[in-house]
Amino acid sequence: MLSRTAENLFWMGRYIERADATARLIEMGRGMAMLPGSNESEEWRSVARATAAPESLTGEGAAAEDVIRHLLLDADNPSSIRSCLVQARANGRAIRTALTQDMWETLNDGWRTLEQATPARLKDDLPRYLDWTRQRAAAFRGAAETSLLRNDGYAFLRLGEYVERADMTLRLLDVKYYVLLPETDVVGGGRDYHQWTSVLRATSALRTYHHVHRDNYTPWGIAEFLVLNRMFPRSVMFSYLGLERYLEDLAAVYGVRRACQNTAAGMVKRLMGFDTGGLFQFGLHEFIVEAVGCTHRLSREIAAAYDF
Amino acid sequence: MFDEMRDSHGGVRAPYQRIEAWLQSAGVGALAGRHAEAEALFRRIGITFAVYAEDGGDPERLIPFDLIPRVFSAAEWRTLQRGIRQRAQALNAFLYDVYHRGEILKAGVVPEHLVYRNEAYLPEMAGFDPPGRVYSHIVGVDIVRTGPHDFQVLEDNCRTPSGVSYMLENREIMMRMFPELFRAGAVEAVDAYPRQLKQTLVEAAPAKCAGDPTVVVLTPGPLNSAYFEHSYLADLMGVELVEAADLFVDEGLCWMRTTRGPQRVDVIYRRIDDAFIDPLAFRPDSLLGVPGLFSVYRGGGVALCSAPGAGVADDKGVYVFVPDMIRFYLGEAPILKNVDTYRCADPDALSYVLANLKDLVVKEAHGSGGYGMLIGPHASKKELETFRKKIEARPEDYIAQPTLDLSTAPVLGENAVENRHVDFRPYCLVGREIRLTPGGLTRVALRKGSLVVNSSQGGGVKDTWIMAE
Repeated sequence: MLSRTAENLFWMGRYIERADATARLIEMGRGMAMLPGSNESEEWRSVARATAAPESLTGEGAAAEDVIRHLLLDADNPSSIRSCLVQARANGRAIRTALTQDMWETLNDGWRTLEQATPARLKDDLPRYLDWTRQRAAAFRGAAETSLLRNDGYAFLRLGEYVERADMTLRLLDVKYYVLLPETDVVGGGRDYHQWTSVLRATSALRTYHHVHRDNYTPWGIAEFLVLNRMFPRSVMFSYLGLERYLEDLAAVYGVRRACQNTAAGMVKRLMGFDTGGLFQFGLHEFIVEAVGCTHRLSREIAAAYDF
Repeated sequence: MFDEMRDSHGGVRAPYQRIEAWLQSAGVGALAGRHAEAEALFRRIGITFAVYAEDGGDPERLIPFDLIPRVFSAAEWRTLQRGIRQRAQALNAFLYDVYHRGEILKAGVVPEHLVYRNEAYLPEMAGFDPPGRVYSHIVGVDIVRTGPHDFQVLEDNCRTPSGVSYMLENREIMMRMFPELFRAGAVEAVDAYPRQLKQTLVEAAPAKCAGDPTVVVLTPGPLNSAYFEHSYLADLMGVELVEAADLFVDEGLCWMRTTRGPQRVDVIYRRIDDAFIDPLAFRPDSLLGVPGLFSVYRGGGVALCSAPGAGVADDKGVYVFVPDMIRFYLGEAPILKNVDTYRCADPDALSYVLANLKDLVVKEAHGSGGYGMLIGPHASKKELETFRKKIEARPEDYIAQPTLDLSTAPVLGENAVENRHVDFRPYCLVGREIRLTPGGLTRVALRKGSLVVNSSQGGGVKDTWIMAE
């Protein structure tokens, strides 16, 4: 496969995942801002921080509307949902032959929907646009899952998704880790409860968590769930298991192992090494910083290994 | 004026019986309602044709698609296809000749300066034998009709004629929407084209190719107006769609960058202009192209389809002499006629053209795509004067033709069937043998009375049927 094709597939996976995760983040911001006693602009600022938005949006005085517009519509923000979907489609168009008809149609269907969004009606229309975004992402993944050949191209697409997913979950944790530190537990009360669960909400894991833990939400339970759970598809562990698997697939197909295979396997091993409470003993924040760095390095190593 | 569907008494011509029955039973109103459905299918599939508009325009505009097919009888096609094959053969013979001994020039049949001083003529190609002596592997012949038996060639396209994806997709969409029309194999299928194109390209493999040739389609990229077609053809042939940056040359061979490392490329179906093939050979200021590719080509390390320099055969000045080429190389009488053409470079022709400007169609001798052309009967006084000055300043850049009474074909209007002018472009493949898919692209001037069918000028397309014997 052409290196450019591999690169396009990898980034297509990343863009779709980023659009999806950003929609979930905005959803979380909306939910938090509606809670009684919440500081609306503070909630939106933390959403902005999780997406590495410019300082004008993460500092005092940033308006909710501005953050939403920046994350949803801003054509100048390469990570806005609109930019991600436009870019994913442009990538698809550049490598049309590497996609199936089904995949292309999900990228092409209504790709201009967000261009019609008007800032004035943005708040009213927001739920509709967020649902629509998640459906686009789900349709794309579904089309890939059921129609794409399981060759190296499939691996590159999935690698892009998992790199982005690991990165987004880690960045969310990075912004919210302070509410998940064990000592905040003593504060108690409804407000903190909502703060913890907001992290689950942003990863659409509110009910899933309950299925796994059965008991009440605890901040360390939530942190461990998002980092170490092997079954939850948006956890860091799950993402890295996916990365390891598809990188091993590539190594088998091409008959060569490179730095990226070792990096992914190394992180999986590290995650497996934590037992209950181990994450906090090591330091949640320290681990997040380490894992973010590792994910970025892995992305660069994949590009170097396959010449893009 | 000749109408493709109805004779002068209003009766339905034989090849259109099936269409007439369909229009009667489905009803024009109901069919018009299904137009949106066809457009939606095109949009979803992603067929668009970018139009270079000065105001920017929609970069992914759809070419309007008309639902009523244009039909040729089996007998009409028999004549047409003989004429098309003959022309494709003569054009390739001409190209071989002008890049070797130039017999046709020495014999005084074609003026030397038309060839040697032509921008499309590449001295770098002189004396080189492309595989199979084929220069133009895909010849698009634009044909118009003025009467039941009067077919005339408007121009030839020997470089990289576009539009064949519409031939395939128009059929696909018609078959999806109206399967009953195609019952019992009444219409010749067109879907062999990609297979035949691949075979033609495989046959162009260069001397140094060992084993199965690796074929690629070379595109300028997603911003090119015909990008959809490039990717569509690559997909149907099962070959890689590459951009120049994916290719490099090493040790006299051409390679593409892949995730497994460099992979050898043997045949390049290039959809980029000569000037952008290789900055070392042609355009040092160009960032496009593959440095060193031309010398690898000359060394037999890779094949380029079409061959660089093939454009000299489809120049509008050279066009005038194609019937003479057919006589000269094949010793046959031309089956398809040319449109009468005045070369303004010729002083007698020039004074005739200037005196009759309002009745003529004037084209740039080296242009394409319907840009920079004058249609006398439809032009304003001011446009006529502007063009007169242009022609007087550089007569050798212009040719003129009488305004043809192009045939009309039925199109679906809002409430009724209306008639619009059409032309026809078949795609003739030249490899070890000549292959011609029974079909082609019918372009239609959708504006009432308009004679310009180019998609860049508001033209649309139709499915084109050749009725089975």
